Amino acid sequence: MEGPGNAAPKPSSSVKLVLLGEAAVGKSSLVLRFVNNDFQENKEPTIGAAFLTQKCNLPTRTIKFEIWDTAGQERFASLAPMYYRNAQAALVVYDLTKPTSLVKAKHWVAELQRQASPGIVIALVGNKLDLTNDGGADAGADAGAAGDDEGAEGEGSGDARKIPTEEAQAYAEEEGLLFFETSAKTGHNVTDVFTAIANAIPETSLKSTRGPGGAAAAVGRGADEQRVNLSGQRDNAAKEGCAC
Amino acid sequence: MSNSVVSPHEGDQDWVPPLPPRPAAIKNPSIESKLATTAVTPLDVQTLSFPDGSRGTFSASDGAQDATGLVPASLASGAATPRRDIVDAEDSMSVMTLAPTMRPAGDIASLLTGDLNRKSPAWNMLRSQSATVLPFEALQRTSASDTLLGFSEEFDSIPAESDSEIEDEDRAMLWKSKLKHYMILSSAGKPIWSRHGDVSLINSYMGVIQTIISFYQDARTPLSGFTAGNTRFVVSTEGPLYFVAISRLGESDSQLRGQLDALYMQILSTLTLPTLRNIFANRPSSDLRKPLQGTERLLSSLADSFTKGSPSALLGALECLKLRKSQRHAINNAFLKQRTANLLYGMIVAGGKLVSVIRPRRHSLHPSDLQLIFNMLFESGGVNSAGGENWIPLCLPAFNNSGYLYMYVSFFDGVSGAQATDPAAAKGESTSDEIAIVLISPDKESFFELKQMRDAVASALAKNGCLALIRAAARAGRPAVADIAPGSQISHFLYKSRANVQFSMSTLDPVFEAPVARRRLMTLYHQLHASVHAKHSPIRVLHAASEEATSLAWVTPVFEFFCVAGPNVSRGAVTQGTNKILQWAKREEERIFIIGGGVF
Ligand SMILES: Nc1nc2c(ncn2[C@@H]2O[C@H](COP(=O)(O)OP(=O)(O)OP(=O)(O)O)[C@@H](O)[C@H]2O)c(=O)[nH]1
Ligand SMILES: [Mg+2]
Repeated sequence: MEGPGNAAPKPSSSVKLVLLGEAAVGKSSLVLRFVNNDFQENKEPTIGAAFLTQKCNLPTRTIKFEIWDTAGQERFASLAPMYYRNAQAALVVYDLTKPTSLVKAKHWVAELQRQASPGIVIALVGNKLDLTNDGGADAGADAGAAGDDEGAEGEGSGDARKIPTEEAQAYAEEEGLLFFETSAKTGHNVTDVFTAIANAIPETSLKSTRGPGGAAAAVGRGADEQRVNLSGQRDNAAKEGCAC
Repeated sequence: MSNSVVSPHEGDQDWVPPLPPRPAAIKNPSIESKLATTAVTPLDVQTLSFPDGSRGTFSASDGAQDATGLVPASLASGAATPRRDIVDAEDSMSVMTLAPTMRPAGDIASLLTGDLNRKSPAWNMLRSQSATVLPFEALQRTSASDTLLGFSEEFDSIPAESDSEIEDEDRAMLWKSKLKHYMILSSAGKPIWSRHGDVSLINSYMGVIQTIISFYQDARTPLSGFTAGNTRFVVSTEGPLYFVAISRLGESDSQLRGQLDALYMQILSTLTLPTLRNIFANRPSSDLRKPLQGTERLLSSLADSFTKGSPSALLGALECLKLRKSQRHAINNAFLKQRTANLLYGMIVAGGKLVSVIRPRRHSLHPSDLQLIFNMLFESGGVNSAGGENWIPLCLPAFNNSGYLYMYVSFFDGVSGAQATDPAAAKGESTSDEIAIVLISPDKESFFELKQMRDAVASALAKNGCLALIRAAARAGRPAVADIAPGSQISHFLYKSRANVQFSMSTLDPVFEAPVARRRLMTLYHQLHASVHAKHSPIRVLHAASEEATSLAWVTPVFEFFCVAGPNVSRGAVTQGTNKILQWAKREEERIFIIGGGVF
């Protein structure tokens, strides 16, 4: 994400980005790679959602990504609209060794096209490229991890790919999505995805976000069905409670 | 303590003490078998009556109690009829016990029975030596048939069925070798979760358990527990769910039931009660695993902390970070000042210890809810490894089991980078200096509001120096007994303030740091706790001595106190040490406990 010129103050703007996709496809891992240039072999599932920020330097401007990394587990699905409602960009991730995850990704794309802001930039990302034959070659940002991961899943030849590039690419073109195959593990293509998104955001939708309140306006109000009634009758629950 | 309950005499062979032979009395098989099942060997038990009106089983005969002292200086010897029949009965009762009271009765009996003041020459010799023998030290030398022998493998996972390296039979053996199991199933018999083993392995066991439970379901007395060999089974039913604990670690039924209750609370925290009810009302044969997806890890880390031995769960209380009163005050005020409209509860937590709480006047926080939060944040390893700030929907069942609250969590910088490589963090153990700020709101849209509040609080705490104070206090860890009660021979203590529902304990370092040593200590605490908390038990003070450790339990309306010393520490020394610690607790009360917290 290191753009060439970084001396002169460039205009800076923030971009709200949401990651969506089936559980365990590697959403958090992609973010961890992008934000910390790190990878964890056994990453725990996200609970709820995590909010992170990262700057991306383009030749003419600096983009500050405000990232919502959502949980892929089904039970959190109903909260997703809260995160994509005002998003300018979305990363819809699937695991290219797992066909059901592409089906899920297509659902997310459809939902975004229906419900999210009309101008939203969507990137379709096939992750875990390192598990395929064409993936291990690129050492990417993490040379150490790339060395022995070929065939790590015990797939004999080492190719665990279940979704051909062409298939996903054709779908992406049809829907007008950016398309990448990545490996959060080796770092392959990860920064490229975010840079491509930054470049694809129309200049007009970028507002300068210097000063406070930029983020605070992001999430609007909404009705809350299962909201806890604070004046409820369960005050007696506190009787055994901690006095602190 | 030996594992071989079935053949106590074999255990005998391994149990020869390092010093001269013990008299015949100690060879008594019923005593030996008792040794096998409990860590407290009831060689020496005293109970007392106290000026505050609490009374022990045996009243002091000479009335020489010091009305002002915390513990009377003279501890009178009691007398009890040995009731080995009960001990025997309990051990041979390997089929099942329907009456839920049977087992606790046995436990009490075993603590009270037995050859009071029985001392072998070896024992006396040991005692006459300098008091440097640490608790459980003698035991560690002769532990060939120790229950805890396999404790280090207790937390290893059992290979999945797909693993061709291992035969089914070996997998079953591994499964059976675990000292502690927890299982959750639906009343229709569908497996929901098991601490050890995957569905293919446990399915048949679940079937058996479901059959047994439902067999008693229509009876007037539903099955609450049974014993097989040295293994205790405890069952609890919560609506459409069955919870089963299987333990060889010697907890009482009510302690195991408390652990099962925590697992149930975790399920409610994920689903809420109305949702849980709906799922089964619509379809009694529903598979709950899908809606609970992701909760397994939280259940497992709860189960692991109970298996390791959790003082917090045992006492039903929280631990706080020790701070000066003025410092805590400053933190509370900085916190309160930044409070936003949608905040329900705010907390600062360092390494699983509460630093500061702010809350509305009408609502206090329930320890069982906090246990769930602390488990999620500090034990299960999921939240902090994600990095960034988190927004987590959860139900706090003791607060309100029918709806979700939204929890903002962020960890202060400086530790997240170490997470990936830190082996303790990888194992899911809490790292002692992680500081988190937790803000809870009923409004799911309030993330950015709370984020702003956090930023304001963080900069206020950084500016007034409190953040550094919290860091230093967290790094300093728990106090050593030697610092609290210089010269005392007590190795470890737990002190619970009942009014504050909080506890304080001394450091586990270095004697009880290793998992097995820690477990022995916790097992002893569980037994002491069970004795003074047994239903209808008049015992308020219990002094127990065995060849592994000397220990004291004392319960008053104000506090619960438990301590452990080496086997050859005299009762007088324990009493003296106890006095010093209690004086410390009283003196430092406003530092070691949060009293009231910040209220708005
Ligand atoms: N080999 C390989 N493994 C990966 C890659 N990315 C993620 N993983 C692994 O896949 C698992 C799931 O990754 P996460 O990043 O937690 O997936 P997620 O999409 O955030 O999952 P949820 O938070 O549950 O929705 C972890 O064990 C990662 O280590 C990758 O590029 N290659
Ligand atoms: Mg994730």
